[in-house]
Amino acid sequence: MTTELDARVPAGPLESKWENHKFSVRLVSPNNKRRFKIIIVGTGLAGASAAASLAELGYNVEVFTFHDSPRRAHSIAAQGGINAAKNYHNDGDSVHRLFYDTIKGGDYRSREANVHRLAEVSLNIIDQATAQGVPFAREYGGLLDNRSFGGTQVSRTFYARGQTGQQLLLGAYQALLRQVDAGRVKLHTRAEMLDVVLKEGRAVGIVVRDLVTGEVTSHSGHAVILATGGYSNVYYLSTNAMASNATAIWRAHRRGAAFANPCFTQIHPTCIPASDEFQSKLTLMSESLRNDGRIWVPKNPGDNRPPNEIPMEDRDYFLERMYPAFGNLVPRDVASRAAKRMVDAGKGVGPLKNGVYLDFATAIEREGLEVIRDRYSNLFEMYNRITDEDPYKVPMRIYPAPHYTMGGLWVDYNLMTTIPGLYSIGEANFSDHGANRLGASALMQGLADGYFVLPYTIGDYLAGHLGEPVVPTDDPAFGAIETEVSDRVEGYLSTNGTRSVDWFHKELGKIMFDQCGMSRNEAGLQKALSDIPALHEEFKSDMRVLGSNESVNQSLERAGRVDDFFELAQLMCVDALYRRESCGGHFREEYQTEDGEALRDDENFSHVAAWFWTGDAAKPDLVKEDLVFENVALTTRSYK
Amino acid sequence: MNITLQVWRQSGPDAPGGFEVYQVNDISKDMSFLEMLDVLNERLVNQGEEPIAFEHDCREGICGSCGVMINGQAHGPQLGTATCQLHMRKFDDGATIVVEPWRATAFPLVRDLIVDRSAFDRIIEAGGYVSVDTGSAPEANHIPVPKPVADTAFDAAACIGCGACVAACPNGAANLFTAAKISHLNLLPQGQAERWTRTENMVRVMEQYFGSCTNHAECEKACPKSISIDFIALMNADYMKAKFKNRRLVAQT
Repeated sequence: MTTELDARVPAGPLESKWENHKFSVRLVSPNNKRRFKIIIVGTGLAGASAAASLAELGYNVEVFTFHDSPRRAHSIAAQGGINAAKNYHNDGDSVHRLFYDTIKGGDYRSREANVHRLAEVSLNIIDQATAQGVPFAREYGGLLDNRSFGGTQVSRTFYARGQTGQQLLLGAYQALLRQVDAGRVKLHTRAEMLDVVLKEGRAVGIVVRDLVTGEVTSHSGHAVILATGGYSNVYYLSTNAMASNATAIWRAHRRGAAFANPCFTQIHPTCIPASDEFQSKLTLMSESLRNDGRIWVPKNPGDNRPPNEIPMEDRDYFLERMYPAFGNLVPRDVASRAAKRMVDAGKGVGPLKNGVYLDFATAIEREGLEVIRDRYSNLFEMYNRITDEDPYKVPMRIYPAPHYTMGGLWVDYNLMTTIPGLYSIGEANFSDHGANRLGASALMQGLADGYFVLPYTIGDYLAGHLGEPVVPTDDPAFGAIETEVSDRVEGYLSTNGTRSVDWFHKELGKIMFDQCGMSRNEAGLQKALSDIPALHEEFKSDMRVLGSNESVNQSLERAGRVDDFFELAQLMCVDALYRRESCGGHFREEYQTEDGEALRDDENFSHVAAWFWTGDAAKPDLVKEDLVFENVALTTRSYK
Repeated sequence: MNITLQVWRQSGPDAPGGFEVYQVNDISKDMSFLEMLDVLNERLVNQGEEPIAFEHDCREGICGSCGVMINGQAHGPQLGTATCQLHMRKFDDGATIVVEPWRATAFPLVRDLIVDRSAFDRIIEAGGYVSVDTGSAPEANHIPVPKPVADTAFDAAACIGCGACVAACPNGAANLFTAAKISHLNLLPQGQAERWTRTENMVRVMEQYFGSCTNHAECEKACPKSISIDFIALMNADYMKAKFKNRRLVAQT
């Protein structure tokens, strides 16, 4: 097995690494690009932007999505905004500051070179999206507006009301469909990738299942790109879309791609609390609300008065009290843990005592109702539709929920996984956010990877394979995997157990949220590592999937995804157990400062933990990639 | 609360379909409509019956996956609300609710409540974009866009592509969908270079698949983003101009 990971970070000073690298990578000349076929799985921000950009360059691209249209990918639901170091507000922002904020926000667990590159290309993303017609918010002078987000002290977040992800995705989707119309992209919808195919150690194609006919087919290419998003749905209840899943990256992992920092998950502080046991998913309320909303709980546990009747002196604005410098705009992990502490102390609000207040009364008094309406009306309406409460009059109730996964497939500086020819971009990889992602940085990273990084770096690999034909899909390498995939599908249908797939998914989610959620400890993780395999065995023998393979069968689709979540969940717990420190979203109760803040162990854990599949989900092999910090000093993150 | 559901079941495009009646008892008024269907499906699986197939994903009213006819109304009774954001408190205890898929020739049925809306993608392919290759964009603030223009473009761009406008239209027309995209791009300075070709091409493809608009305005009422039919007027005006502008000799005037 692999014992060392080469991140292929270019030499030289930080500011010129990317510039030098772009010059040193091999290129494929324009007339040769059409001789290469590239497979892209996923059509979110990363996948759609990569597909459009690569097709514009002249490559033959085939795109696969399990949705009915590329526009449905979950990037569409991102609300708040996208960061870029434009410094339009003259408030001291710069590429270096965005780099620094991101490294610090990630609690010093990401690669300096990657993060700096991200900050550099952030500028181009805004230009590109604007030229595509993305209707960003503007000032009266016609120029672009910005707002602030958690973990920063400058205004660098570009936004399109509360629907920034939607507008950016539509921009990328439209660019993609332009290439479909031009014949340079072949689009496969309702096609779910169920495995990656390797030949002589290289990725040469994928096997997909048609979600309408059940047909299993192979597709070959010179390179395969996975842009399939994150795995928060391992918790069942999360802010992710219902179908978001880890199957593509998990199958790649089982074929030899290392999985990095799986325990780095983000629990987002501002979501609407669950209302009952039938809750199917949790709805995010954009972090941008923390610009104007003040978070508080009653000072006394069990205070059952309605919020408007609780006088000031009986309220605890706990974030402003604990973190005066950043106040309500502390990073997500810090805000989430503080809220959890309040609820655990019996100060939770709402019928189930499972939330904290996010109050706009002060902002409405200061700015006027119209200004607040202009900024947040769509979010307030959404809140009202879900809870039947009016946030203009009573404070919102919020509570943390799983939202984003910083971990993912390990990639080098070129975004290639440990399998040659297999790339991973966007949330599916582990690259840029360390142990905690800052708000408005997911859109930035997805588009950076797709528009401005991968189109340069992929040529370096392809140039070495010029003149080679793709492996034909009747090659035995494909046949073997097709059989495995079909057997798996058949296995789910023939189990004939007594419980639905969703029931098992919910049970798994409960274990994960309790033991590997906002805070973790050794005993809990050990317990999870014994409970999960037991539940997985039960799942395999007792699941009930009705219907057939040959028509739309949503239970069957979910069975495969949940099956993979069971294995991934174990890897997450193994990683969380291994990382005996607290950093970012990973909070181990044994490792905290006296006032309850995360206590890092830079001496022993300043590295990426990359895990390799061994055949036993609970016993993966670990390979470390040391993180070298030459440009920032590792300090204890303080937002006080 | 207790409700009676009449749900359209059809195992495939060529199979015969029909209404099935389900009694759904003991549900909470705070559930969303789709969570109510989840509960029903869970019960069906436990009874050994195949669950109802319906599309849904984000459940936040933004991905556009979900959408069914509820008592004959696209996305149900609440204005400006996608099916996933509709909650059971909008219905009376003991009510009978009829649930059907979108009905439109351009949206062939796939299974139960799922239809194929890929004709929308064909319309976008015909010109619903600005042709700007990655890397060729000018500095974002070089072209100021007046705030009212950007705001109006956004109102049009808010479309989630769910298809409710088509389902609600007595003619099965996609004018609101098409007008929303045309208006979004045609209003912005970035969309001017292709304004007239875009309009003609997108309308042409729209007419290949969908019926014609006769100003019933049902689409605006069904739209979960409340997109105004004013945009259809804008599209029509641009379409007429395009018929002249796209002639080579007058393109510059």
